[in-house]
Amino acid sequence: MAEGTAAPDFQELARIARRVRQQIVIGVHAAKSGHPGGSLGAADIMTYLYFHEMNVDPKNPRDPKRDRFVLSKGHCAPALYGTLAERGFFPVEDIPTLRHVGSHLQGHPNMNDTPGVDMSTGSLGQGVSAAVGMALAAKLWGDDYRTYTLLGDGEIQEGQVWEAAMFAGSHHLDNLCVIVDNNNLQIDGTIEQVNSPYPIADKFRAFNFHVIEVADGNDMTQLAPAFEEARQTKGAPTAIVCKTVKGKGVSFMENQVGWHGKAPNDEQFEQAMAELAGEE
Amino acid sequence: MADVKKVATRQSYGEELVELGKEHDDFVVLDADLAAATKTGLFKAAFPDRHVDCGIAEQDLMGIAAGIAAAGHTVFASSFAMFAAGRAFEQVRNSIGYPHLNVKIGATHAGLSVGEDGATHQCCEDIALMRTIPGMTVIVPSDDVEARAATRAAYEMDGPVYLRFCRLATPVVNDRPDYDFKVGKAYVLREGTDVTIVACGLMVEQALEAARQLEASGVSAEVINAPTVKPLDAETIVASARKTGRVVTAEEHSVIGGLGSAVCDVLSEQHPVPVRKVGVEDTFGESGPAVEVLKKYGLTAEHVAEAALSLVK
Repeated sequence: MAEGTAAPDFQELARIARRVRQQIVIGVHAAKSGHPGGSLGAADIMTYLYFHEMNVDPKNPRDPKRDRFVLSKGHCAPALYGTLAERGFFPVEDIPTLRHVGSHLQGHPNMNDTPGVDMSTGSLGQGVSAAVGMALAAKLWGDDYRTYTLLGDGEIQEGQVWEAAMFAGSHHLDNLCVIVDNNNLQIDGTIEQVNSPYPIADKFRAFNFHVIEVADGNDMTQLAPAFEEARQTKGAPTAIVCKTVKGKGVSFMENQVGWHGKAPNDEQFEQAMAELAGEE
Repeated sequence: MADVKKVATRQSYGEELVELGKEHDDFVVLDADLAAATKTGLFKAAFPDRHVDCGIAEQDLMGIAAGIAAAGHTVFASSFAMFAAGRAFEQVRNSIGYPHLNVKIGATHAGLSVGEDGATHQCCEDIALMRTIPGMTVIVPSDDVEARAATRAAYEMDGPVYLRFCRLATPVVNDRPDYDFKVGKAYVLREGTDVTIVACGLMVEQALEAARQLEASGVSAEVINAPTVKPLDAETIVASARKTGRVVTAEEHSVIGGLGSAVCDVLSEQHPVPVRKVGVEDTFGESGPAVEVLKKYGLTAEHVAEAALSLVK
């Protein structure tokens, strides 16, 4: 069962999300490469999952009973690493080793390197199938853990996503929650300009998902009821389509496609960290 | 030899899965709408709750297999070789190979012996593709006995395995009491002094027949069955090459990247000798009865013997 039986402390969650964003900026700056935009945009979803929704234990990262998370949009590894570090799976001091030779923090997540990473991902479209496999395994062996997976809105251009969605809907995997991070931007432009996946919610409905649309996926007071509804939904998998702002929290990165896969220089790093410092 | 038992290795695979299913309940079998052909349908009939049909979606099949394995269970994932190794190559590499998961890929209908379905389904590239993936074990059983043993060994070992099976019924060549399959081991089936023939899959029987033909020509051929293409038993192959000084490889696969290439990799570094590779030349196959297609594309005992003679003379 999820931890989210108690009411969420949104103020505390917001403080944590801000620290996760700091870790994202620290990591990508230290690596001199990586994907800050999507990572910042997904920081609230990740924080809510790991600090309220999911049943996980940093002291026992391979607990068979734990809820699973698959970062299908694996390039947002800085968000996953920042969240896992803040949650206590490994020291936050590891974050600056991101993408360095010998570090456990690979450019894209590897389950055998980093404590708390449930699946190796990075090649778009593949993580969601693995999440479906985990949800199916829970059904086959009678386990009651839930599986969550975060997809990019550009990622759903991959055909494999819809193979996986068809299977999940067809097999009524109500222990699966697919989250679409709809920031509307991909490397070559807006998702409509490149190859529009809209209407996203209707597509998942057509694949027999229960669909919840979140108008502001950076607002955890909106995420909370969506995840609660997903947990209560029986007989069908849930897709939560979240409108988010790419680069959220760093003014000069917000809604700028140029910050998809680029590291801040030292001056930009200082500005970003100042903006994320908050009242602490 | 008319009374020699003939079995397609895909049949052996399906039957052995049922045997494993009777002994263990900690694995599942996945298929992609080909359970009748891959023979996982036998497992499905015996254990309907432990067989999942993923439909015609091989990329998702491999991803689901990876997810089940990441959740702590062993999976056999089946389709035709063309789709398992070909279409889903990157899923196998990134979702199964990279995290080194316990997914056993049971690929059937490999090679030209698919026959009538023709070039689109005659996968002659899968050994090459699969052996480039770090940590992937690649096994090409030569008959019913070996296919059963390899299926069991794949279940028992840790990590991803690619099992290559055929559609065509072929003679049993390993029905001897001392046969003991081990992953990574090659077997000297016949000793000789003039030339070594290293074969896998249905070409093992052809290699043995070639050795009989060569004997009639006064040439003594050593025949090695190398079911595990990766990791290859370099010790056995190099020892034989030191003795004979000449090597022929024989496989139902492209001459690019398969067993022949793996043998050359080892010999060129450890004991360079002249090598002739018998396999599918750099070409696509075509439709026709399996035996006729194999003959047209040079996968017969006569071709193996000819290659050996060209080295000996």
